[in-house]
Amino acid sequence: MASPQDLKYTKEHEWVRMDGDVGTIGITDYAQDALGDIVLLDLPATGTNVSYMDKFGEIESVKAVSELFAPVTGEVVDINSALEDSPELVNDSPFDEGWILRVRLSDPSEVEKLLDANQYDEYLATEVE
Amino acid sequence: MTTTDRTRLDPKTDDIGARLTFDRSRPGRMGVLLPALDVPTAELPDSRFLRHDLRLPELAQNEVIRYFLGLSKLNYNIDSGFYPLGSCTMKYNPKINEDVARLAGFANVHPLQEPKSAQGALRTMSLLQDALSEITGMDAVSLAPAAGAQGELCGILMIKAYLAERGESHRRTVLIPDSAHGTNPATAAMAGFDVVTVPSTSDGNSDIDFLRSALNNGVAAMMLTLPSTLGLFDPNIEQIAAMLHDHGALLYGDGANQNAFLGRARFGDIGFDVVHLNLHKTFSTPHGGGGPGAGPVCVKSHLAPYLPAPIVTGDEGNYRLKTPEHTIGKTMAFHGNFGVLVRALTYIRSLGADGLRAISENAVINANYVLVRLRDAYKLPYDRTCLHEVVLSGSRQKAASGVKTLDIAKRLIDYGFHPPTIYFPLIVDEALMIEPTEAEGKEALDDFCDAMLSIARESEEDPDIVKGAPHTAPLRRLDEATAARKPVLRWTPKAEPTS
Repeated sequence: MASPQDLKYTKEHEWVRMDGDVGTIGITDYAQDALGDIVLLDLPATGTNVSYMDKFGEIESVKAVSELFAPVTGEVVDINSALEDSPELVNDSPFDEGWILRVRLSDPSEVEKLLDANQYDEYLATEVE
Repeated sequence: MTTTDRTRLDPKTDDIGARLTFDRSRPGRMGVLLPALDVPTAELPDSRFLRHDLRLPELAQNEVIRYFLGLSKLNYNIDSGFYPLGSCTMKYNPKINEDVARLAGFANVHPLQEPKSAQGALRTMSLLQDALSEITGMDAVSLAPAAGAQGELCGILMIKAYLAERGESHRRTVLIPDSAHGTNPATAAMAGFDVVTVPSTSDGNSDIDFLRSALNNGVAAMMLTLPSTLGLFDPNIEQIAAMLHDHGALLYGDGANQNAFLGRARFGDIGFDVVHLNLHKTFSTPHGGGGPGAGPVCVKSHLAPYLPAPIVTGDEGNYRLKTPEHTIGKTMAFHGNFGVLVRALTYIRSLGADGLRAISENAVINANYVLVRLRDAYKLPYDRTCLHEVVLSGSRQKAASGVKTLDIAKRLIDYGFHPPTIYFPLIVDEALMIEPTEAEGKEALDDFCDAMLSIARESEEDPDIVKGAPHTAPLRRLDEATAARKPVLRWTPKAEPTS
């Protein structure tokens, strides 16, 4: 599927949806498909600080455990608690119900350096077989 | 097409365990006849432990036998067929290993016996230490670790102790290629080190430029799987060893893939400081749910004082157990998995040096035969001669028809084969990791390759048959995701049995 236009992306396959200075973070449809069925997420507590491109948690699928990288810098203000009982939401609805964290950005303009949907789709087409 | 002759079970209605052990239970039915009581009756010692209210199945002996025999027939093992599970070296285990391990002197020896009365057992361990030392080119060996991962942990803890002794505890980083076994970073983390991942180049070797930039006086060691999980031998390995030593760091070898160059190159000669072996892989002792394993750790002389205890020392008539001076300690009770050690030595001595060399030769030829036969049908991500295993990718099938590597693996079950390792190594998308081992003849390899080619054709012409596999196994596709998300770890009887 084409990636939603209103989001920003990283080459590590995370997305950010901005609302004021708060960014909602998830993984892309490509990422959930490559990982396979998600069985567990290990996420930071609210109040934790995350930094751009630093590891903030782990996501485990039936295939492997992978690291999650923060696409932005700031404080975690909310985590998607529904994923604790229903990690499959990441597979079923990666851009919506399967969101992972909400982060208050210390510098909201930081998001400008991420890829837009067209750039991300282009990256998928060229960089990923 | 080959199909199995197993009776198909319906997972919805057939609960194999329940049908026999509980649902077939009848009050008063017995599997054995007890002799008449010829001693005075006594009260049970403690009714908290021996309870009447526990529901235990009551079955006739033949029903119990049929139950376990039925379960055993559902098992797939190396004695029943080709088992190309990459990185696991599921090679045939010669039966002479079992004959020797069952000799009374080995089977009945007690670990607390006086060494004087167990000289044969100790000599066996000493001979194995010497053989592994010669095979790896290392100075000293401890047979104590119970499995490969434990051998790894011992190796890294020895490096830690060695560095501490030298006043170099500031070395806190362990470098690990992205083509290493997954246990390597887990081991380094468990030992308290920080892990830095060394990327692979496009030809599958460790990135030397990255390594150069990552080396500093904070690096304790590099853990290197040789050949790598891509089945590739890094031709820069001697340069890597020299670079590490120039920076005061040590080189750890993951010898789980020793099958690939047995008798042809030696870890010690290449420049490794410590290596562990997996006797249950390279030296043909039973494993794969059947264990136990053995993961001896072999070291150069500077690490010998730190070996896990015990090691066997002495000579003819005077063998004894010894605790090395600065040992990292014991890894398990007593002396390692002794029965496994006996089997491994039997294997080594029955083959001899020429036999061991023939193993690596045939293992490599077999893997490359599979590579050549399948390279047109499946993507070959690293196009070069492999060693003991070949890593293919199902990415072409996935892009063309949505058939994933998992589907290909499941379809192989219909053709009567154990699937290869899948989705590992992680650096290969849709990985299929195939290790045929030296033990298979051309006919078995051809049968397997024919099945793989047939599945590639099915993926184009009739992808649904692949996506729905297995069709002939006792159970169809298992729901791995639910099993992992909501595991049911305890079986509970549904209802009281009718009497």
